[in-house]
Amino acid sequence: MCATCGCDANGTVTMHVPGQDNNQEHTHSHGEGHSHTHAKTIVDVEQDILQQNNLLAERNKGYFDAKNILALNLVSSPGSGKTTLLEKTLTDLKGELEFCVIEGDQQTTNDADRIHATGTKVTQINTGKGCHLDAHMVLHALQGMKPKNNSVLFIENVGNLVCPAMFDLGEKERVVIISVTEGDDKPLKYPDMFYTSTLCIINKTDLLPYVPFNIEKVKENALKINRNLTIIEVSCTTGEGLPAWYNWLKSKVLAPELA
Amino acid sequence: MHELSIVMSIIDIATKQIENSEATEIEEIELEIGALSGIEEKSFEFAWNQGVKNTPLQNAVRKINHIEGVAGCMDCMIDFSIKNLFDACPICGGHFLNIKKGKELKVKSLLVNINNKD
Repeated sequence: MCATCGCDANGTVTMHVPGQDNNQEHTHSHGEGHSHTHAKTIVDVEQDILQQNNLLAERNKGYFDAKNILALNLVSSPGSGKTTLLEKTLTDLKGELEFCVIEGDQQTTNDADRIHATGTKVTQINTGKGCHLDAHMVLHALQGMKPKNNSVLFIENVGNLVCPAMFDLGEKERVVIISVTEGDDKPLKYPDMFYTSTLCIINKTDLLPYVPFNIEKVKENALKINRNLTIIEVSCTTGEGLPAWYNWLKSKVLAPELA
Repeated sequence: MHELSIVMSIIDIATKQIENSEATEIEEIELEIGALSGIEEKSFEFAWNQGVKNTPLQNAVRKINHIEGVAGCMDCMIDFSIKNLFDACPICGGHFLNIKKGKELKVKSLLVNINNKD
């Protein structure tokens, strides 16, 4: 039983910190049913199904606010270049901003190892069969990593454009990443993710001459879903557009907390 | 398959509701699921059938109130029904919308059997 939050465990989620040999798991069981019948009554529940996750997300949010941590939830389909974007960012802005990273993948610590190589504090969450991170996993990852005050926390979600959309992790901003090797109708096919994000990064723009990807079309489609979406085009290979992303990031760090 | 997480959350909510009561079995559960809530019904049903085994919801009848999507156009100030998040305002063709209904994902009520003491 999870004594801290009293919440429900998610199968066999494991946490790894590169450079340390640790492996924490925790599971708890649900109650058994009973079987006698007599009178019937209606119980009004009126409870949001995601309430437990949302409560824990609020808790994470409070933790981030208190420590003035800018938490970003990075979501995309697998292979859009989330980890490469992070590697670039962590290297280029080293010394300017304090970073830490939570990596979410079903298996392996490959991504965490890549982040660790940049000298950044990182925790890997392996969701096992899970298709998304939830607020509970992030809460426990935070307990282990203890991010510094005024830092930027990147949470790299499991590569999946569907499921992570529903689960608030307590992040300040959600950043959806799409690469030009994907279809330009992706925002229409996976609208929830674009609807809930505040920034859209279009990655791998150096490949534009070689792929039938209409960048204006994808922007138009993304804005159909979410009129308030900010869009930044980058190439992690050539470095083109990265300054715009860094400026966005810095503006969020410096922005005063408005009620 | 986030539907499995959703089913597990529903089981938790229902189990907690009857945990400290005289209730012995849940006969029916009423859910509210909006058309824009991101739930794929087929996956949900699949996850449900597996998830409820050996839980108080094992034999419960599932009643789902489907709620259709309603959006308001911020420019025209009218409400209209939508099926997709990218639907346009029927008046101006714009996409500056405010989703008013269809995001619901709720456990409404339970019908339970009470173990009478007399």
